[in-house]
Amino acid sequence: MAKHMQQRANVLQGTLDMLILRTLVYGSAHGHEIGKHIQRTTNDFLQMQHGSLYPALHRLEEKGWVVSKWETAPDRNREFKYYRLTEKGRKQLVAEESQWKQMAEAVARVMWPAAEES
Amino acid sequence: MRWWQIGKRDADLDRELRSDLELEEEEQLENGLSPEEARHAALRAFGNPTLIREHTRAVWSWNMLENLLRDIRISVRTLFRSPGFSLIAVLVMALGIGATTSLFTMVRAVLLRPLPFRDSGKLVMLYEHFRQVKSGDGFNAVAPGDYRDWRSQTHGFEDMAAMRGYGGIVSGVHSELPEVVQSAGGSANLFPLLGVTPVYGRLFTEAEDQPKAEPVVLLTWSLFQRRFAGDPSIIGKQIHLDTIPTTVVGVLPNWFNYPDARIQFWMPYAQTFTPQDYGIHDGHQSMVVARLKPGVNVGAATREVSTLQFQIHLANASKPVAEDVWSRPMIDDVVRDVKTPLLVLLCSVVCMLLIACLNVSNLLVARAAARRKEIAIRGALGGSRLALIREQMTESLLICVAGGGLGLLLSLASTHWLAAHWRNLPRADTVHVDGWVFAFALGLVAATAMLAGLLPAISSTGRESLSALRESSRSIGGSASRARLRKVMLTAEIALTVTLLAAAGLLFHSFVRLRTADLGCRIDHVLTMKFGLPEIQYDTREKVLLFHQSLLERVRRLPGVSGAALVSTAPAAGPEGDRVFTILERPAPSYSIQYVALTHTADPQYFSVMQIPLLRGRVFTEHERLHNDHYIVVSRQFVNQYFAGDDPIGKHVRAGWDDKVENYEIIGEVGDTLYDVTKPVSATMYFPILSGIPDRTSEATIVVHSSVDPLAISTPVQQQISALEPELPVYNALTMDQILNKTTASQGFAANLVLAFAGISLLLAGVGLYGVLSYLVTQRSVEIAIRIALGAQRPEVLRVVLVDGLMPVLFGAAAGLAGAAVAGSLIRSMLYGASPYDPLVVAGMVCCLLFTAVVACVAPAWRASRVDPMQALRSE
Repeated sequence: MAKHMQQRANVLQGTLDMLILRTLVYGSAHGHEIGKHIQRTTNDFLQMQHGSLYPALHRLEEKGWVVSKWETAPDRNREFKYYRLTEKGRKQLVAEESQWKQMAEAVARVMWPAAEES
Repeated sequence: MRWWQIGKRDADLDRELRSDLELEEEEQLENGLSPEEARHAALRAFGNPTLIREHTRAVWSWNMLENLLRDIRISVRTLFRSPGFSLIAVLVMALGIGATTSLFTMVRAVLLRPLPFRDSGKLVMLYEHFRQVKSGDGFNAVAPGDYRDWRSQTHGFEDMAAMRGYGGIVSGVHSELPEVVQSAGGSANLFPLLGVTPVYGRLFTEAEDQPKAEPVVLLTWSLFQRRFAGDPSIIGKQIHLDTIPTTVVGVLPNWFNYPDARIQFWMPYAQTFTPQDYGIHDGHQSMVVARLKPGVNVGAATREVSTLQFQIHLANASKPVAEDVWSRPMIDDVVRDVKTPLLVLLCSVVCMLLIACLNVSNLLVARAAARRKEIAIRGALGGSRLALIREQMTESLLICVAGGGLGLLLSLASTHWLAAHWRNLPRADTVHVDGWVFAFALGLVAATAMLAGLLPAISSTGRESLSALRESSRSIGGSASRARLRKVMLTAEIALTVTLLAAAGLLFHSFVRLRTADLGCRIDHVLTMKFGLPEIQYDTREKVLLFHQSLLERVRRLPGVSGAALVSTAPAAGPEGDRVFTILERPAPSYSIQYVALTHTADPQYFSVMQIPLLRGRVFTEHERLHNDHYIVVSRQFVNQYFAGDDPIGKHVRAGWDDKVENYEIIGEVGDTLYDVTKPVSATMYFPILSGIPDRTSEATIVVHSSVDPLAISTPVQQQISALEPELPVYNALTMDQILNKTTASQGFAANLVLAFAGISLLLAGVGLYGVLSYLVTQRSVEIAIRIALGAQRPEVLRVVLVDGLMPVLFGAAAGLAGAAVAGSLIRSMLYGASPYDPLVVAGMVCCLLFTAVVACVAPAWRASRVDPMQALRSE
């Protein structure tokens, strides 16, 4: 159990927005789905905190990167609040993605210099 | 997101969270958990929905505003729940902020704003300094000869100009409507140097600035408006000044009221001198203002003038000519008398404000203590510390904003009153509230809110606040730390109060000493009235003497008058001018030591009417008149200073009284009188007024002792004067009491204000002490009840509580004594003849505080000793 706990981590500061936007590229989704998707895709490595997911969604909506709409879920006969990526959000995702790439490469160069040379 | 969508958005968020939570729950159900377990698992996975909701709402941009509004709403409700506390707190803050703002307004206008002259930072005043003279501040007026040499022979200053105070009688061309006014003489370059341009007409020319030149005059705006109805056609016409026809050449602007707003007209500087006086180096009466050359250091420029002055001193070794020249910035010169009082008043209101802050802070701590459990629970439920602090801060902010608003209104009203009632406040007309003052008041509100609110807020939301939940009301351990905080604040409050009280006590003591100072003469039932005979009509000794004698005869016959006499200047009515002399029988040991004494003229009955005691010899008789005038009476200080107390009768003083230096025989010694109650006794010599020398005795004060109210005989006396000389104006018709009031008014003003501030502070400290102790007793009532139930004696309980309350008072008083020493040295220059460390006054003030403290402590202590154990324990 303890070992299992160690393999989990919280979403890195500042990357949550990017992860949400990336998730929405596949199509619109509601909050629960987004959280579940991120968790599942990372094999439960990233734990989604609802306490930060919803504020993040609302923040993205404020900025106009996503829009929301109440729609009936296909599998359950109930309405959920679906978020959809806007054109602006798509651009933001591209920007954040390239930024993250640079960041990751930069970190990698410092951490594993030998690997870089070979 | 718009604010009107708040409700909709809120419901939307609620629905979203609920639907997602339900989905989570359904998924858990599908995993095979029981409904109950599924619900809990879903909640666990989801987290605290309320917290999520709050965090999400925090993203919405109007959240800040909403929080603020909510905090304000809660605070207003809390404040209204205890209207008494809120009202007192607001009033206390209003008083503190209002008074501080008022004083700041005055300090800014009087001390900080530049003078209204062109490039006023470059203006300095030059003074002569005598190395031998130890009394006074060392800044002496300048002789006209010195000024003229400085101006022509030094180069450190762009230019220098001279001015002197003068008097005069203004009348129309037919000598109609005479009035005595103050005037001044200013050199031709004075106004250009200051950057003053006339509203009408022109300034003086260099040709007019010569003794005996064509008489010309510049009117000040007030005289121009008052006497000439603002009619510019007066330019070029003539008016009579001291009965001399004088041409009006210009009118000065309204704002120009330097150096004294009472000055009505200006004459060319040189015209206020006779040709021979214009070059003297030993008659000191002028003020010199100089403008620094760009790039020249004031010290270097002054040194150059000083070097020249030392050569003048050496060339006039037998005369009183100063060795050095001192300078000081013009602004310092203007405000020199009010700088310390203003700063002292500002310090004392700041002290009062601090005490007010501490008091409000103290009350808030008490309130926070009562709400500890509520705050602890809110903290435990996830309320962030910042939010809790912010909420408490809002409360103190509200108090301070309300107090500040009220205080600003208060200061708008009081600033004007203060400026108008402060006698001789320079630049009083520039005192007004402007944007800076508003900004200052705002800053003050913010600062006081922080000071009053932050400490209680931080202390009540600290990490230990959780312990409040564990604590039963029976334990007292937890509240001890809070009580300690309150005691520390109380100690600071007491220390400040003692400092203020000591300063107020010293000032008031000094004021009372001034008011009860022994003038050395009769004060009650004495009327004084000044007049000056025009020298053109009264040009011989006989004419002046005739007027004086007939006036005395007429006044002495008036009903109600029990005595009347003539003197040049009444006691306490100010200095009259002094004269250097030598003593024939006791030559001075060296030329550099000058013998100086005030000169008065008096008639034979003056000493008996004013009850000035005759100590040796005799006073004047009717025989010392006209040319038989070579006799003088001297004061006791004169004898002590120049005869070392030996018998002076029959000795001779050599002085230039009439035209040339002559011998005057000392015929008597009388008691000392003060020319100014704030100044030490000066050596004085009296010349006979019955000599009638036109220049020396034509200006006189008639002193009348009456058996009735002295003001009631003012008009009859005035009628006697106009019966003799219809066009002669009289002025300064004042009783001795009024003269004393006038000279001590500003001291009394400052003393009364500081005393008022100290009194308020004392009251605040008393209230604070009472509050803290009452709170402690309420907190400990159970403990006390148990003690009493176990057999503690009630007097013992009383003692314990009293000691508990008086401990911070004693510490505070000790700290306050140190503060009082600092305050004492600050106000040293405001104390007349009183020590700044007067132990009696300080002890009295400390006793006053202790008494207040005991009164404030006795009620809670008494309540503690009256605790009924049964009731206290049952109410647990």
